[in-house]
Amino acid sequence: MSDHEYVPSSKFGKWFNDRLPLLTLASHLTDYPTPKNLNYWWTFGGILTFCLITQIVTGLTLAMHYIAHADMAFESVEHIMRDVNYGWLIRYIHANGASMFFLAVYIHIFRSLFYGSYKSPREIIWIIGIIIYLLMMAAAFMGYVLPWGQMSFWGATVITNLFSAIPLVGEGIVTWLWGGYSVDNPTLTRFFTLHYLIPFLILGLVVLHIWALHVPGNNNPIGIDIKKPSKDTVPFHPYIVIKDGFALLMFMIVFAFFVFYSPNILGHADNYIEANPMVTPAHIVPEWYLLPFYAILRSVPDKLLGVVAMLSAILILAALPWLDTSKIRSAVFRPLYKQFYWILVADVLILGYMGAMPAEGLYLLIARVATAYYFLHFLVILPVLGFKEKTIPVPLSITEPILGGSPNLAMAKNKESLDK
Amino acid sequence: MSDKKPERRDFLFTASYAVGAVGVAAVVWPLVDQMNPDASVKALASTEVDVSSVKPGNTITVLWRGKPVFIRRRTQDEISEAKSVKMEDLKHPERDEDRAKDPQWLVMLGVCTHLGCVPLNDKGDYDGWFCPCHGSHYDTSGRIRKGPAPLNMEVPKYEFVNANTIKIG
Amino acid sequence: MKNFIKLFSILVLFFFTITQSNSAEKIDYLKTDWSFKGLFGKFDRGSLQRGYQVYTEVCAACHSMKYLSYRNLGEKGGPEFSEAETKAIAASFEVTDGPNADGEMFERPAKLSDKFVMPYENVKAAQAANGGAYPPDMSVLVKARGGGVDYIYSLLQGYEEVPSGMTLDEGVHYNKYMYGNKIRMSAPLSEDIVEYGDGTKATVEQMSKDVTTFLMWAAEPHLEARHQMGFKAIVYLIILTILVYFSMKKIWSRVESEV
Repeated sequence: MSDHEYVPSSKFGKWFNDRLPLLTLASHLTDYPTPKNLNYWWTFGGILTFCLITQIVTGLTLAMHYIAHADMAFESVEHIMRDVNYGWLIRYIHANGASMFFLAVYIHIFRSLFYGSYKSPREIIWIIGIIIYLLMMAAAFMGYVLPWGQMSFWGATVITNLFSAIPLVGEGIVTWLWGGYSVDNPTLTRFFTLHYLIPFLILGLVVLHIWALHVPGNNNPIGIDIKKPSKDTVPFHPYIVIKDGFALLMFMIVFAFFVFYSPNILGHADNYIEANPMVTPAHIVPEWYLLPFYAILRSVPDKLLGVVAMLSAILILAALPWLDTSKIRSAVFRPLYKQFYWILVADVLILGYMGAMPAEGLYLLIARVATAYYFLHFLVILPVLGFKEKTIPVPLSITEPILGGSPNLAMAKNKESLDK
Repeated sequence: MSDKKPERRDFLFTASYAVGAVGVAAVVWPLVDQMNPDASVKALASTEVDVSSVKPGNTITVLWRGKPVFIRRRTQDEISEAKSVKMEDLKHPERDEDRAKDPQWLVMLGVCTHLGCVPLNDKGDYDGWFCPCHGSHYDTSGRIRKGPAPLNMEVPKYEFVNANTIKIG
Repeated sequence: MKNFIKLFSILVLFFFTITQSNSAEKIDYLKTDWSFKGLFGKFDRGSLQRGYQVYTEVCAACHSMKYLSYRNLGEKGGPEFSEAETKAIAASFEVTDGPNADGEMFERPAKLSDKFVMPYENVKAAQAANGGAYPPDMSVLVKARGGGVDYIYSLLQGYEEVPSGMTLDEGVHYNKYMYGNKIRMSAPLSEDIVEYGDGTKATVEQMSKDVTTFLMWAAEPHLEARHQMGFKAIVYLIILTILVYFSMKKIWSRVESEV
């Protein structure tokens, strides 16, 4: 990965670089050969980095004013919204930024699912990604507790109570998590500390994630291995930088609409009511990005098995590189898998919707079917598909005889030359 | 590529950078400004003090912007003493008239200009204040006469909003 | 790009469906024009001032608004009372201060920097005085109810005769728009219960609209600044996006073919 050929142009640069090769690193990142056929689904990695930095910067500035004490938390947030210069702006960016972060991560994950980016040799990138995702959920969950509204308090109560499902040590773990006999001030202060810490853990993992990516290089829409550098690649700067920049700006327009015109639409009104341990809200709902897992949790009537199901739903993703037995990466050339992919997308959206509904009647039935199907997809459909599916022939390269066509065109042209 | 193209291309890139820079500045400003005093702090920027119960020769101390403010109702002797000091004798020359518009009232920050301790009232060699931390002596006008402090105790902006009330700040 | 727009539209649709499901039951609230809604929404100053009057004369007897300060009444984007008016309003309330030099707490007229005086010392006192029901604090009430301003506006006008077949406990009233239809608060507004300083007729509908507008400002005092900044931010982003788009095209034209 290190490029021994780069020589800094200035004397100071050379002196510094000999001691800490930052300039070599910079030149590597600039020249990094990227497949030139990447489509816009590949811009979300860059968008996610922007989201992480936005959350850290807005979070730091909020932390200068927020008070992590049960008696003052809610008031300190109102102080930020009313008195702190631009406090309302920074708070709304942070709150909506969390939603945008998850929107981007789901698109990023579903890109990988479609194009087989999790397959060999990118398994470790994928697994690091799953860990980042888990940490994101932990950070978001704890962050939501901090304003100490009704949903903050009761969401914390419900989710921490899940740990009591663990046999023998469950109750002890819950008390340990709470620092008391219920969610209260000790819980809040430690959640603040951990919420502050986790983004920096994520930052470190993102560095590893990108480092691991740079070993094999990016996957691409047709999923073939390409030589780097070659006619099939472009240097990261300026080609991918400008493209990521354009996509990021489009993303920011959507972000801006939420922040400035509908800042509370993704939240829950009950969180503007101060936490009250004596009164439970009619419907306890997590934020939208946790809804599918909430639905899975409530699908299973047994407390422990519900928790196991919910965790398995995430952890099963880590096994994906081995569950998917197909030798072909990209769904472009896997017509049957493509259909099951879109069914999975629909299934996850349905689970999300059910998570927002009361867990009873028809809603519960649908949630159970959708949960079962989710596991069926990963545990049965994917392994079987790898063996049974009839795939479309994959082209040999991106560039060859193409002129601005789709991958299919490339394939067609390849097929032509093969037929001859 | 004709010669015309590079020109247009540069303009486009320059324009993009310039417009982008404006955005970066617009984003940075709120992040910096949020550390400035917020509206609730600024609302406490001034404070009104009822001085009707302060007798001549007495000093009260009030809190203003987080710091002590000495309000002393001076006796005639203290006033005469303050006015008779020659400017050459002062490390930080200031006339008493400039420090106390109404000579009966001395209003100043009770913070030693050396390193910030609170000087003690009615102590010291100059009938004023004495700072126990490093031995600065202030006179009846709150001016530094002996010791390491470089400046006279600061007189904040204040005014009498009526006969009994001083508004500081 | 087409696929992106397709997926984007699906997601937007999905989001709005989800957000509808998060809010309260599907009731048709009473509709009115809110001047503060929309891209260029602004508060009607007169309505805010009248709304403040309704709050003070009718609601403040039971409902606190503890996160607001008297100075807010004079700040930009709100009722914008003059400094003299705001000081007079503040001075008409007594706050507890202290301890004084004797170690005792004392009463003094409120200053601009003071928070709105609360009608009850604490939540328990409020409950005790209201038959066990706590009159909620109104600082962010509009944001704390799924139906928002429409809900509050409707509720204030929604007191009706108890439908036949339904019996209510003592002290409970029937309201068409209240969640569950039962409400402890008796109808707070009646025609001319307040005499508006600007001569506007104080019908229940008018007072409901004014006080709800005031409550919206109380919950979101920076709404106007937010809308104005939002417009500038989005126009700016669109301009920059266009510039970057063409820069991108120019750069990528160097590559002989794009897949």
